[in-house]
Amino acid sequence: MNALLAPIRRLGALSINAIWRLGFISRFFVAILLNSGQSLLRFRLTIREVYFAGVLSLIIIIVSGLFVGMVLGLQGYNTLARFGSADALGALVALSLLRELGPVLAALLFASRSGSAMTAEIGLMKATEQLEAMSVMAVNPIARVVAPRFWAGVISMPILAALFNVMGIFGGYLVGVEMIGLDAGTFWSQMQNNVDLHYDVVNGLIKSLFFGMAVTLIAVFEGYDATPTAAGVSSATTRTVVTSALVILALDFVLTAFMF
Amino acid sequence: MKRSTIDLWVGLFVAIGIAAMTFLSLKVANLTPQSGSETYMLTADFDNIGGLKVKAPVKSSGVVVGRVTKIELDTKRYVARATLTLDKQYQFSRDTSAEILTAGLLGEQYIGLVQGGDPDNLASGDRISLTSSALVLEQLIGKFMTSFAEKGTQDAPAKTE
Amino acid sequence: MSSDSFIELKNVSFAYGDRPILQDISLTIARGKLVAIMGGSGSGKTTLLRLISGQVLAQKGQVLVNGQDVGRMSSRDLYQHRRRMGMLFQFGALFTDLSVFDNVAFPIREHTRLPESLIRDLVLMKLNAVGLRGTEALMPAELSGGMARRIALARAIALDPQIMLYDEPFTGLDPISLGTIALLIKKLNDALGTSAVMVTHDVHKSLEIVDHVYFVAGGKIAAEGTPDEVRHSSSPWVQQFVQGEADGPVHFAYPATDSLAQAFGIKGETA
Ligand SMILES: Nc1ncnc2c1ncn2[C@@H]1O[C@H](COP(=O)(O)OP(=O)(O)OP(=O)(O)O)[C@@H](O)[C@H]1O
Ligand SMILES: [Mg+2]
Repeated sequence: MNALLAPIRRLGALSINAIWRLGFISRFFVAILLNSGQSLLRFRLTIREVYFAGVLSLIIIIVSGLFVGMVLGLQGYNTLARFGSADALGALVALSLLRELGPVLAALLFASRSGSAMTAEIGLMKATEQLEAMSVMAVNPIARVVAPRFWAGVISMPILAALFNVMGIFGGYLVGVEMIGLDAGTFWSQMQNNVDLHYDVVNGLIKSLFFGMAVTLIAVFEGYDATPTAAGVSSATTRTVVTSALVILALDFVLTAFMF
Repeated sequence: MKRSTIDLWVGLFVAIGIAAMTFLSLKVANLTPQSGSETYMLTADFDNIGGLKVKAPVKSSGVVVGRVTKIELDTKRYVARATLTLDKQYQFSRDTSAEILTAGLLGEQYIGLVQGGDPDNLASGDRISLTSSALVLEQLIGKFMTSFAEKGTQDAPAKTE
Repeated sequence: MSSDSFIELKNVSFAYGDRPILQDISLTIARGKLVAIMGGSGSGKTTLLRLISGQVLAQKGQVLVNGQDVGRMSSRDLYQHRRRMGMLFQFGALFTDLSVFDNVAFPIREHTRLPESLIRDLVLMKLNAVGLRGTEALMPAELSGGMARRIALARAIALDPQIMLYDEPFTGLDPISLGTIALLIKKLNDALGTSAVMVTHDVHKSLEIVDHVYFVAGGKIAAEGTPDEVRHSSSPWVQQFVQGEADGPVHFAYPATDSLAQAFGIKGETA
């Protein structure tokens, strides 16, 4: 009897815990917004974090974007050529990247590269009493440590996604035009005829803005909420990557349903 | 406040971001039509728009001159009304005709405009009165089938005898 | 003495969860005095400091600072309270992503709008006071334990606070630095009129500089007095501490429910 009940009980405890955390993270989000004055007034604090979150992610974004674009070019060509519409390759590459792949993949990479780093950093600051020391010095850690990182993430994400898109399109161009030998003019004009500035480009960037908010919020929250031990910080880091990935994909579905 | 290398890197980062976004809007998307004051609107009524969608191109002699920005049903006369947003540099005469065409056999549908001979041009908000509807493949096949079937029933008795 | 009390704990009880740490503690620290708190490891000394800084709240009783109950302060009052307080953490708690210089400058930059040149002078002065001028470019990871603690001390005193809470300022220091730091703490008290609470295990050194000593044991104040009273006390608690004897009224071991032999699974022996 007990053996039967135990999993149910555990499931109940898990879902209550999840709801609890959801409430907590919402309150945390409000606290970040309320304490954002400093990170905007003393913008250097935020600039520093943009360096760590954004600039240091450049390489991985550039390389991944290029490869994703090249794969898209190759696979897209194989499929399109069967229907005799290889001319549409430029449009295919650009649309897949701008609407979905660019924002989503850039956000996934950002979560694992910068989100996890943020969680680990804040978690370790907590474990070594640095956050506590700060608040004893009458400095609010949310204003001084958390908010600048949050805004840095929000700023960096659309930039990284845009760069990912550009690199991807370049990758598609390399494969389609330079390697397979499609006409460069057709490649670009097909793209331009089918890509809409508002629907495709702007909506994609809006998506990445939402992803940036979600990922950094999760990252700073997990760090702030981490159990202040080595094991606690490491599991918080894992949670950041896993939760971010799930949230990015779920949010992508919701946003796509709204936008397109 | 002293400057540091971090500022330089972040500045570069933001510049790359702006460059990427500019590239996406100018080179990847076509910014030209639809940008604010440079356009004007016309409407056209069709009995059937078939598979025409919002954002479909409007072409004249194969050149894209604008896009379909709205499709609605006129509930008084029960016809479809398409709103076309055209580039200001392309003006059309009052007796221009609009028809819904298909790119290739199964391709996307678009609106084709054929310039008329009237010296007066259509102004923003005007309606194109000469229209012909989409060729709906199912109806076409349906018609073909029924005529084929009718012919079949006429021929059939002869065959069985 | 109570007429001039600056920090006062009145019948304070505190528990982590349902494990009581402090029970019905009362003590007073007069304005401008330096008070030492001694007691065994895990007896709740750090907890006592955390009560004064408002990091934890007493479940019973009052913690009064300048007549205000820390447990009932609004966040604005708590901010004001912490603004004039300095705290040396037991493990330093230096900001690992900032250099030594930026660590010491941190409270100055956060709370004042002084020009950078003045901040530089102030920081160098504080670093000089703890004997570590010349380390300002190092990162906390490049410091030894004792150095990190002295930097933390420099950071704690950066804004010349009215209240200082020192959590074991002497641990990990060589005899020479220990003497310097003890003198610095004393000087801070005399020159600035800082009221200070110092948790320490160094009985002899602290008896030289403090005005009053409280002994904490079993969640209660076991003994108290001026350094002279402590030296000549007949109380076995105090004597054990001053002499550093392993056994006595204060037990070295955490009160476990079974004997070591039982814990090891050796049968037949009963402690
Ligand atoms: N965050 C906490 N949660 C639960 N229990 C705690 C916590 N912090 C401390 N304790 C417990 O409270 C007791 C007192 O801790 P405290 O840190 O005040 O001791 P201490 O007197 O400063 O010891 P030491 O001289 O070793 O620093 C200890 O038994 C410890 O187990
Ligand atoms: Mg302690």
